Amino acid sequence: MSTVRIPPVLRDSVNGQRQVDASGATVSDALDDLFDRFPDLRLRVTEDGELSRFINVYVNDRDVRYRDGLATALGADDTIILLPAMAGGA
Amino acid sequence: MNPTQQPVTVREATIDQALEIAANREILDVREESEWNDGHIPGATLVPLGDVATKIRDTFPDLATPILVHCAVGARSGRAARTMAAMGYTNVVSLRGALPEWRAKGGAWQAPSAGLLTEAQMRRYARQTLIPEIGQKGQRKLLDAKVLLIGTGALGSPSALYLAASGVGTIGLVDDDVVEESNLQRQVLHGADRIGMRKVDSAEQTIAGLNPETVVIKHAERLNAENVDRLIAGYDVIVDGTDNFDTRYVLNDAAIKLRKPVVHGSIYRWDGQITTFIPFEGPCYRCMYPTQPPDELAPACSVAGVLGVLPGIVGLLQSNEVFKLILGVGDTLAGRLLMFDAMGTHFDEVKVWRDPSCPACGVESPFADAVPAGQAVAAGASVS
Repeated sequence: MSTVRIPPVLRDSVNGQRQVDASGATVSDALDDLFDRFPDLRLRVTEDGELSRFINVYVNDRDVRYRDGLATALGADDTIILLPAMAGGA
Repeated sequence: MNPTQQPVTVREATIDQALEIAANREILDVREESEWNDGHIPGATLVPLGDVATKIRDTFPDLATPILVHCAVGARSGRAARTMAAMGYTNVVSLRGALPEWRAKGGAWQAPSAGLLTEAQMRRYARQTLIPEIGQKGQRKLLDAKVLLIGTGALGSPSALYLAASGVGTIGLVDDDVVEESNLQRQVLHGADRIGMRKVDSAEQTIAGLNPETVVIKHAERLNAENVDRLIAGYDVIVDGTDNFDTRYVLNDAAIKLRKPVVHGSIYRWDGQITTFIPFEGPCYRCMYPTQPPDELAPACSVAGVLGVLPGIVGLLQSNEVFKLILGVGDTLAGRLLMFDAMGTHFDEVKVWRDPSCPACGVESPFADAVPAGQAVAAGASVS
């Protein structure tokens, strides 16, 4: 079971939780598990079945773009961080 | 007396002996700062006698460090050495002899640092120049530095206050807004008596009260693709406290073109992000966020709200980055994104990699032609 950190802008799609558990052998599997339980999240961060480009995905502190993408394998204690850009400053 | 109630004896060295062993030891100067300012042994560390008991463990954590301790003639250094021996230091030698003799016999000597700081500056920045990594030379770097704050609102406020207070010599302010009542909950540069005033004027007034020596350059305009090169060209470090993606991308590209480090901060309700972009050495904003989210996933503070203290915390972490960039010390956040969750009082950090396909700083960068040899982009290169 992995932990998925939910960014503040997406928390209303997961009942306000800051992190949720997800199961799966890869990032893709874990996200599918998450999206099955929180369908609104799927609508907001995927396009045509693919994860939107504006969402960065990290496993622990590593960007999956520089690992195996969504096929990156997960260990039991891994943490997935979903991170859309933030721009506020004023 | 030490814990075993045995008299503590320390080794002493004459000037001649000290001259022989000095090169292989840390030099500890236990005089007062004013005496240090009149000249000191180069490479020595200043810890006035009164501070030895409380600070020496931070300065020399290893009790076996070979240390030569000196003062003006040998009395204070003897006391310091006994204190240190009682604390468990095993290799402390006290110099028993007068510093003029040290100099007369050819001992290394750093003349008074006249010209680095004025008397008033030495008084004002005394707590900062005591820090070994800063000293008078570092303070001089800060005084000579030019830092541009993009935005004098939530994130710009703490940076402006602390950078000015601690002696950054020139602070540029870019903001075309006026102070509104709803700003005051977090934009601490401004006050209730400034509502309706231009933010750059209000900021100038506050900074002048904190540190009249700070040179404030006001740019009462909104940063855009047309003016960005002109605005940032004369500065050493840029602090990005803007409030929208368009401005951040415009700033990013110009900063890469002109080789300006950018300290990035962003905030949303209870969450903040901080990182540092150093062109062609680390990743840039586009490497980190190649695509901006739709508006509904990236609302501005004016729509989403923001905790009052959050920009204070994030803004000061930005200022901390500015200090290290100017001083050339420590590890910056280049290649790392620090995320702060105020609700859980929790920091997370992820690595940010240079993206070879980045349109701004990647292999096809339109700004790369002036990059010195050896700094070309390597695939997936990161500074961390």
